[in-house]
Amino acid sequence: MMQALKSPRLGGLSALSCVLIILPFTLSNSFQLDVAIQVGIAAIVVVGLNLLVGFAGQISLGHAGFMGMGAYMSAILSGTYGWSPLLALIFAAICVGGLAFLIGGPILRLKGHYLSMATLGLGIIIAIVINTESWLTGGPDGLVVEPLSLFGWALSPFDEYHLLGISLSGTQVWYILIASLLVFAVWLALNIIDSPTGRALRAVHGSEIAAQVVGVNTAHYKVKVFVISAVFASVMGSLSAHYTGFITPNIAGFHHSIELITMVVLGGMASTYGVILGAVILVLLPQVLADLQEFEMLAFGLILMVTMIFMPKGLLPTLLNLLNKPKQKTTSEEAA
Amino acid sequence: MKTTKYTLALTLTLAATGVSLTPVQAAETLRIGAFVSATGPASFLGDPELKTLELYIKEINAQGGVLGQQVELVHYDDGGSAGKARTYVNRLIGADKVDMIIGGSTTGTTMAAVPLVEQAQVPFISMAGAIVITDPVKKWVFKTPQTDRMAATKVLQDMKARGMTKIGLISGTGGFGRSGHKHTLEVAKEMGIEIVADETYGPQDTDMTAQLTKIKSTPGVQAVFNFGFGQGPAIVTKNYAQLAIDLPLYQSHGVASDKYIELAGDAAEGVRLPASPLLVADTLPETDPQKPVVTAYKAKFEAAYNMPVSTFGAYAYDALMLAVDALERAGSTDKAKVRDALEQTQNYVGVTGVYNLSAQDHMGLDVSSFRLLEVSQGTWKLVE
Repeated sequence: MMQALKSPRLGGLSALSCVLIILPFTLSNSFQLDVAIQVGIAAIVVVGLNLLVGFAGQISLGHAGFMGMGAYMSAILSGTYGWSPLLALIFAAICVGGLAFLIGGPILRLKGHYLSMATLGLGIIIAIVINTESWLTGGPDGLVVEPLSLFGWALSPFDEYHLLGISLSGTQVWYILIASLLVFAVWLALNIIDSPTGRALRAVHGSEIAAQVVGVNTAHYKVKVFVISAVFASVMGSLSAHYTGFITPNIAGFHHSIELITMVVLGGMASTYGVILGAVILVLLPQVLADLQEFEMLAFGLILMVTMIFMPKGLLPTLLNLLNKPKQKTTSEEAA
Repeated sequence: MKTTKYTLALTLTLAATGVSLTPVQAAETLRIGAFVSATGPASFLGDPELKTLELYIKEINAQGGVLGQQVELVHYDDGGSAGKARTYVNRLIGADKVDMIIGGSTTGTTMAAVPLVEQAQVPFISMAGAIVITDPVKKWVFKTPQTDRMAATKVLQDMKARGMTKIGLISGTGGFGRSGHKHTLEVAKEMGIEIVADETYGPQDTDMTAQLTKIKSTPGVQAVFNFGFGQGPAIVTKNYAQLAIDLPLYQSHGVASDKYIELAGDAAEGVRLPASPLLVADTLPETDPQKPVVTAYKAKFEAAYNMPVSTFGAYAYDALMLAVDALERAGSTDKAKVRDALEQTQNYVGVTGVYNLSAQDHMGLDVSSFRLLEVSQGTWKLVE
């Protein structure tokens, strides 16, 4: 029993659920809840991205492109063409997954910087298309998005809802939705990591040649995880579009891609809970530092620099390592 | 006990941030919230806007504040990102509990804020150009700059007055150029002006000779209109002179700054464009009602920051002064009363123009607020 509690799946998931349940009671206003939802959205994207970057060791600098594609397809299909938002979300995820599959084959043959460049290019192309095709996407001025709805029941952050006799604001319902999705995403990611696919991916990360020698079809697994992480990004792009109600091409931009990859590296590559911490910090930090005004970027850069110099493995793995020191060194598996 | 460690680490982080995010509850001050793009690609808009707001809030407080209360400016930098703007507006409304919001340097950041202010019912004055902000009219949303459509109208009116009905259009592919392109086509259609050549260039392009050659060789073209922003229009102007195109060249209000003449040099001679009276503050006729306001703003800003004024800072000046005027007429900080007062603003003389707001018009300027300027001997000259 104790052993089971220590495992990342049971112990970690229940700890995460506890935090997510307690959190709304400690927040005093709708703004803080709004930030919590944004943390959640970013966290789910990076949990997916971490499968690719942290476990398979393949860098993608284009994930914001997938997120933007999901967001814009949802916005356009549900707004301009009147599709049901859920159907639009699923259709967008299938299209993004399909694109990732088609593109993933050739570009995942590249290694190191070349792979980064190729994914970077893909992300930038998506951003340019969104920027220039203004008859469809509204161009740089952005696009208004319909609220999420299911069978005629719309979930707008601005309405009041009654669930089981309790009155909840739309933002609170969104929080419940995103929090449940986060737990689900973590559970899914942990299962993938523990499956034969996950073991194959870690073998690829260790040494691609060695993995091939022992019979792992490396190309197959790399494309698979690329598609999975792209679908994570697309679904969250769609949801975040419905939540915020307004999107601009920034969501698909290069800077957003960098932000996502920074969350992974800062929180701890190959640590599912670590990257959540990365998302928490990178979304919250600008809010906390906003009071410093012009020194905001300076402080932000300094924090990132110091973390990367003194904690090259990322925040969570390094912290756990420190806590475990008297006993033994944490293996990367434990940190997962 | 890994579980406890995770929980501990997460709780500590959340607790730490939770504390610092709790707003400071100020007592008897009037809070004006602002979100501008002071950094990032739109900083040429946000920077003078923020400087203007800070400068005038200080002055208002030195003179005793508004409604007997000191004014506090709570401002955030959205870096030009609509997502960040949305979060900051949420913060201004939910945590800082401001009485009024000024902000949105760009159309994107403004539109991201619109649903929030409409829901929270806070008076909001935007400093962005696009027509969608106030058309259709939104109950709580106002704006101070003229629309791109009005700039296009001003230029096309002058062309028509000079008897030109066939023109060439060259526009940038950035947000500003696109919006201008769209509205120029619409206005031209209404006014019976034919666009015989329609070319574009990218924001980073360094040579527009090809596009201009195409326009030059288009039969019947009588004038050329360039709708763009930044360095592009200056390059167009230089290429235009190099190709010795002997047709009148018009620019948009996007390049209405001394920087443009500096960049384009002699090639800019004779170029016409619609602009704020701010550029010709000193040569405005004494009878112009805006003259005292315009010269005072220019003198004060340049003395305080030792840099030339920009029309964008003037949008912030007008937004702040309209807000203060409405607060004083409302006699309280009651949001609904302030909104009504803002909507009833009549004959308010600002730097950008004379504002006459109504329930149907939440911007309150007309085409005549633009002055038509011509570059003459390296400086701006008012075209009568």
